[in-house]
Amino acid sequence: MLVFVIKRLANAVGVMLTVALIAFAIFRFVGDPVELMLNEQASQAQRDELRERLGLNRSVPAQYLAFVANAARGDFGISFRNQQDVFVLIAERFPATFELVIVATVLSLLIGLPLGVYTAVNRNGLAAQALQFVSVLGVSLPSFAVGILLILLFSVSLGWLPAFGRGQVVQIGGWSTGFLTRSGLIALILPSLTLSLFQITLVMRLVRAEMLEVMRTDFIRFARARGLTERSVRFRHALRNCLMPVITVTGLQIGNLIAFALVTETVFQWPGMGLLFVQAVSFIDIPVMAAYLMVVSAVFVAVNTIVDLTYAVVDPRLRQDAVAGGSHGR
Amino acid sequence: MAAEARRSLGAVLRAIVASDLFWSFRRTPMAVFGAVLFVVLAGTAVLAPVLSPQNPYDLAQIFIDKAELPPIWAKDGEWPFLLGTDPQGRDVLSTILYGTRISLLIGLASVLCAMAIGVTIGLAAGYFGGWVDNVLMRLADTVLSIPTLLVAILVSAVFKGLLPPGLRDAFSGVILVGAISLTGWVQYARTVRASTMVERRKEYVLAAQIIGVASRRIMRRHILPNALTPVLVAATLNLGLAILSEATLSFLGVGMPVTKPSLGTLIRVGNQYLFSGSWWVVVFPAVQLGLIVLAVNLVGDWLRDALNPRLR
Repeated sequence: MLVFVIKRLANAVGVMLTVALIAFAIFRFVGDPVELMLNEQASQAQRDELRERLGLNRSVPAQYLAFVANAARGDFGISFRNQQDVFVLIAERFPATFELVIVATVLSLLIGLPLGVYTAVNRNGLAAQALQFVSVLGVSLPSFAVGILLILLFSVSLGWLPAFGRGQVVQIGGWSTGFLTRSGLIALILPSLTLSLFQITLVMRLVRAEMLEVMRTDFIRFARARGLTERSVRFRHALRNCLMPVITVTGLQIGNLIAFALVTETVFQWPGMGLLFVQAVSFIDIPVMAAYLMVVSAVFVAVNTIVDLTYAVVDPRLRQDAVAGGSHGR
Repeated sequence: MAAEARRSLGAVLRAIVASDLFWSFRRTPMAVFGAVLFVVLAGTAVLAPVLSPQNPYDLAQIFIDKAELPPIWAKDGEWPFLLGTDPQGRDVLSTILYGTRISLLIGLASVLCAMAIGVTIGLAAGYFGGWVDNVLMRLADTVLSIPTLLVAILVSAVFKGLLPPGLRDAFSGVILVGAISLTGWVQYARTVRASTMVERRKEYVLAAQIIGVASRRIMRRHILPNALTPVLVAATLNLGLAILSEATLSFLGVGMPVTKPSLGTLIRVGNQYLFSGSWWVVVFPAVQLGLIVLAVNLVGDWLRDALNPRLR
């Protein structure tokens, strides 16, 4: 077990170092950082001074190590665009993205689970077939198009919901939350629905597939033989056995949702990290791009590692396989 | 060489038609619907120069006094602008047909590119094993441990940053294909690696090795044909994803430029007129995009189920 934990952690660190290498390469080699940071009137002395301060005179491996050490301390440098500390910029924006992703995840479970059970139980019913088709449709429509159509319907035509922004937010310590005001909650509806749409269809399809498999097993037949109500068989016996993979997938998807939130944030002008990143891309603000890459990858890798480790605790067979095989590809 | 390739391709095609696949296809209405829809959409896109009322990128054919006309069925609609015009006076239907061409082209190219990279890496990893396998699969793990959308955005942003401004628009299609296939190859590599590891222990491969056939030839001519089915299924399903990725990147502004718009660019541009009442400029490209991906996904879903032995 210990070997597995160490192996898994080493793997996570390795991935993060690779990501750091990519981020560093972007920072160092896409354009000259000195030219990008100073304006054209800067004197040669100023240039040399900045070059010295950024440590660009040192060897490339030494620079990489310094970059990793700084990143580990949360120091990602100064934004090219507005000369602010990048870490502060990202930390300011993080709550908005985090709340959006959490609400989207909760929504996907609240809507996806019942739909999945329904389509599995009434497999050949008309409504279930229609839902299956709608789920293919949901996967086919890109989230930004869905967001735009929702804005068009609920904001432009009906005027019920705001089309952009977070509404009123409340500061609690360093965290700005939209959960505590009416306008903040209303502003969450369209973006979270847009972000969760793909996730809803994912959960629904997964639950359906798992339920179909579980409903065929013997213990369901025995539960029925014991005279339990159909409701009890479905929800207390069958659904419970489907929850493990659903929770895993939901957990693993959180990293993806954070990344995909940048599309939703662009559509709704939601002031999160993703919007910051998209703006940074269009201004070639490289420290912000590099820092965002590092932060999102760190969340992604952390979630994956935690899920893997939890699985190993729950299911001893996985421990054996993972140590012996060392790869998921088989 | 070419004749051999043609013959093996012919054999694959014949095998496909002779199998239960065609029968299963005809009995799945959703698949037929998807296929027909795809043929119609792709066909009209290919024939865009013939079918569309104007070439939206030929300035001589655009009239600014025809700007922002609503679709033909609305009050101020005007022939031949079936779906209305945008604020620059371009016919929306024409921009959609031309945009679909670009979207489909980039989607197909990305899938083929990703498939070529993935199959090569998967064959090498599965056939040689050992450290080659280790290195290649660690690489695959790393690619998978960063969200693909993020990688694609970074790749296109970085390459655009590296190119001189004059060349950026000209190469945006190539950069997009690179960005999408750079993250898309892993799935192919994994499936091909898995089947290669099974195949390479079989007698026919051993026989080929004994008579001294070169490794490259064994991989390409002996193992590859036996590992191709799951690759084709994945490719079909990924075509939808690739088209979506392209549209997303273009929507975010790191994809196709306004001078050569794909459907994603059209939606990005149309989005700016969302509050001015010209809903048709953004809605129709979005619907077209959804329909194409839907068509591909319907065919892909059917193919996956039909070729899945567990569901037979």
